[in-house]
Amino acid sequence: MDMSRRQFFRVSGAGLVGSSMVVLGFSPTAALAEARNFKLARTTETRNTCPYCSVGCGIIMYSLGDKAKNVVADVLHIEGDPDHPVNRGTLCPKGAGLLDFVHSPNRLKYPEVREAGSNEWKRISWDSAFDRIAKLMKADRDANFQPTNAAGAVVNRWTSTGMLCASASSNETGYITHKAFRSLGMLVFDNQARV
Amino acid sequence: MTNHWQDIQNADVVLIMGGNAAEAHPCGFKWVIEAKKQNKARLVVVDPRFTRSAAMADYYAPVRAGSDIAFLSGVLNYLLSNNKIQTEYVRHYTNATFIVGPDYKFEDGLFSGYNAEKRNYDTKSWGYALDEAGMAKVDMTMQDPQCVLQVMKRHYARYTPELVSRITGTPQDKFLKVCEYIASTSVPGRTMTVMYALGWTQHSTGSQMIRTAAIMQLLLGNIGVPGGGMNALRGHSNIQGLTDLGLLSNSLPGYMSLARDGEQTLETYYKTRALKPLRPNQMSYWQNYPKFFVSMQKSWWGNAAKAENDWAFHYLPKIDKLYDVLQAFELMNKGAMNGYICQGFNPVGSFPDKKKIVDGLSKLKFLVTIDPLVTETSEFWQNHGAFNDVKTADIQTTVFRLPSTCFAEEEGSLTNSNRWLQWHWKGAEPPGEAMPDIEIVAGLFSRIRAAYAKDGGAFPDPIVNLTWPYKIPHAPSAQELAMEYNGKALTDLLDPKDPTKVLAKAGEQLSGFGLLRDDGSTASGCWIYSGAWTQAGNQMARRDNADPYGIGQALNWTWAWPANRRILYNAASVDPTTGQPWIPKRTLVRWDGKAWSGSDVPDIRPDANPMEADAVRPFIMTAEGVARLFAPTGMAEGPLPEHYEPFESPLVNNLMHPKSEVARANPAARIFQGDLERLGVPKDFPYVATSYRLTEHFHYWTKNVRTSAIIQPQQFVEIGEELAKEKGIENGGWVKVSSKRGFIKAVALVSKRINALQVDGRTVHTVGLPNHWGFIGLAKPGYLVNTLTPFVGDANTQTPEYKSFTVNIEKA
Repeated sequence: MDMSRRQFFRVSGAGLVGSSMVVLGFSPTAALAEARNFKLARTTETRNTCPYCSVGCGIIMYSLGDKAKNVVADVLHIEGDPDHPVNRGTLCPKGAGLLDFVHSPNRLKYPEVREAGSNEWKRISWDSAFDRIAKLMKADRDANFQPTNAAGAVVNRWTSTGMLCASASSNETGYITHKAFRSLGMLVFDNQARV
Repeated sequence: MTNHWQDIQNADVVLIMGGNAAEAHPCGFKWVIEAKKQNKARLVVVDPRFTRSAAMADYYAPVRAGSDIAFLSGVLNYLLSNNKIQTEYVRHYTNATFIVGPDYKFEDGLFSGYNAEKRNYDTKSWGYALDEAGMAKVDMTMQDPQCVLQVMKRHYARYTPELVSRITGTPQDKFLKVCEYIASTSVPGRTMTVMYALGWTQHSTGSQMIRTAAIMQLLLGNIGVPGGGMNALRGHSNIQGLTDLGLLSNSLPGYMSLARDGEQTLETYYKTRALKPLRPNQMSYWQNYPKFFVSMQKSWWGNAAKAENDWAFHYLPKIDKLYDVLQAFELMNKGAMNGYICQGFNPVGSFPDKKKIVDGLSKLKFLVTIDPLVTETSEFWQNHGAFNDVKTADIQTTVFRLPSTCFAEEEGSLTNSNRWLQWHWKGAEPPGEAMPDIEIVAGLFSRIRAAYAKDGGAFPDPIVNLTWPYKIPHAPSAQELAMEYNGKALTDLLDPKDPTKVLAKAGEQLSGFGLLRDDGSTASGCWIYSGAWTQAGNQMARRDNADPYGIGQALNWTWAWPANRRILYNAASVDPTTGQPWIPKRTLVRWDGKAWSGSDVPDIRPDANPMEADAVRPFIMTAEGVARLFAPTGMAEGPLPEHYEPFESPLVNNLMHPKSEVARANPAARIFQGDLERLGVPKDFPYVATSYRLTEHFHYWTKNVRTSAIIQPQQFVEIGEELAKEKGIENGGWVKVSSKRGFIKAVALVSKRINALQVDGRTVHTVGLPNHWGFIGLAKPGYLVNTLTPFVGDANTQTPEYKSFTVNIEKA
């Protein structure tokens, strides 16, 4: 039987008939079907890791939506994972506020460009962003790639375009970033470990 | 970390120095409390500020920011001169017994081999004396005047408690009390853990600060043992992973490195990397370098990497110098760069001397930012009054801003400080058109590659031949990429001892790096991550938190590199004369007469008898087989750590070498001419400044997070009561803090937490500068603290000196 203390009093308060109702087969759960349930009990739980410091605390994200086609999953609560051997269910003030990171009003939603000298952002499509950046990179690489150094040794490097890589992104992101950009001969290439 | 968070519970003494775990790593710090509760551990904190870690300590000692090598060298002197070392550990597991060559010298603050013009060292004279077979000579009695132990005794005898106190400002009695706590762990039955973070790395001598502490831990026998270790509490959630994967200008995955210009063949490339043992029978595990390298090349270039083209060796760029982030912005300022991509990185906030950063970005043709949030970097061209006073119309940089997903909206693994690769799952859809980083990289690269395939261009081979076996080319899955870095067999791998046995069939995922070959029959994108995704599936997703031995070894929780080993060098946890643990109640591994076993994956060849003559020693990655107290190679500024002043210091000279100008600050650190001119002198900028992090914020992200913006809404600087009184500054009043590079204005927090120190007979004050505010965000706008910091880095890593520089402060 699924009944809170308050519901129990209400059922008992219904009077002498209470016990006989059960005997007659009326279960309180069915009789109280309109009562509001605990919201988290109806959510989807997903295991994740706090993206801030390197303790790597386990977290549980509670999302609305059951992954059905017409439902957009949205996180509504995040708490520490009690199974996690390091944080054992706890979170620090930053981790406890992770939901506000996911829902920050400063989250970016669309690719944008600020043209040279301009004072504003302009929304563009992903296709247009990728095409323009790829053209700029190829033009710079073709113009400045050094196949050999002054002594004639093979060096195959490109140092006029560089990259800083994220240290809160996944290993899989890091791996493909390294593989793709190093193949261009890029040397100005670092992550937060350098600072 | 050599050890891990849960293991801290096994410590008898915890030293927190160069970090502040209680505030910066709160959920990890709980294991310190656990050690105090369960193990009666003593917590010792040494820090310029009375932090919340200090508030929980059994003993606190203040220290001047940037003087940690002097403090720790004083500790080394205390241990060596009072014989507070774990002698048998030192004899068998370190190079204390090795004989240093006759040309090694240390005079007037400089080691032999210094080139004043180039500001670097020729390390030849730092090498060991070798015998005819090329093996290093040793003296197991450690009495030879040229053996490392004796060389060290002479080197550190200069760091007397009196001199240490004059340099560091730590009162002598407090310094000696800390020495006593530390020395109490020199007996085999007691261990100390060292917890440090950016408070050590962010100095022009940061690498050597860490080395001084590592030397201390080795003398005490505290490396490779439960409750011991050198534990780097890293800053970002996956900074360990990105370092492991080699995303650094001179690196390749798994701590391999790019060839230099002079290394034109595989043979010369391997020569300095696949090191032969310097003592008989030692594993010198880097001998396997060719297996790791060829397997990576096969992962990246598949059939285009073959024996005939040296496994596509020349597809990789060669380095002529270090293209670190300081170098990058120097090049930008000189007009030598045209494009820059910032993936989840905010250099305008994070890099030193903000003016130089903004000037550099303003000279680019294009800038691309990839981030889930608005950053100062993406809006560096906007005028925000005094916070960012730029002329927008003059900035000709085209800026692209690409929205990426955040942790909640993607899956994959992150490597924490423990070296655990922890898999996480997607729980929400991203906002608007935000796209996962993997797809952004794939989308951009696919277009570049298509253009090279169609139109050609400069050296297209490595681009068009890069393997791209992903089922959806513009959206590779995290699973596919994880399986690729783990590696697989390309042909059937036969057991070399029994060719009828197949160790792995062609196409199968590898179980670990032990199977890698240098003949092109294996592929693995990152050898140290081999074992993360085997034939048995995703090991990083394992969730059994059981701790069967009761000492915090949850071996079935996710997966740790290397080989799921939780404590590095763990074979040093046994007495070499018995093969049994120094501390039986906390057994990591033991030798049972035939093999190694225990609560961890043994970090040694499984059948290596520790008691035989010339036994395999536990530091299998070094050519010596033992740990290096004295580093004959590898460090830019010397084989032994020496104290040098920060580039900006309240002292006009280095008290260790008062007459030497070159030995004032790190003689091997690189500083660009323009930045040298932007350094202040004590008469204008008399106060030590140090920047740091608060519990409620994470760098420059959480000013975009409402809860964090509410609990720490406004920028402040922290000063002690004495300085406030001297300057007429009130608690809550406005102050202006300036360095030679700029100024910030903020509210003053006057507290008892940053006290004046007596340094060389005079009073030195410290100004505390929390990061976190900027001209973007939900918190109140503030000045970027890195407006003030100097553009100079550690001589080895080029990590900027954010933690010790000088400022002036006045009422605003």
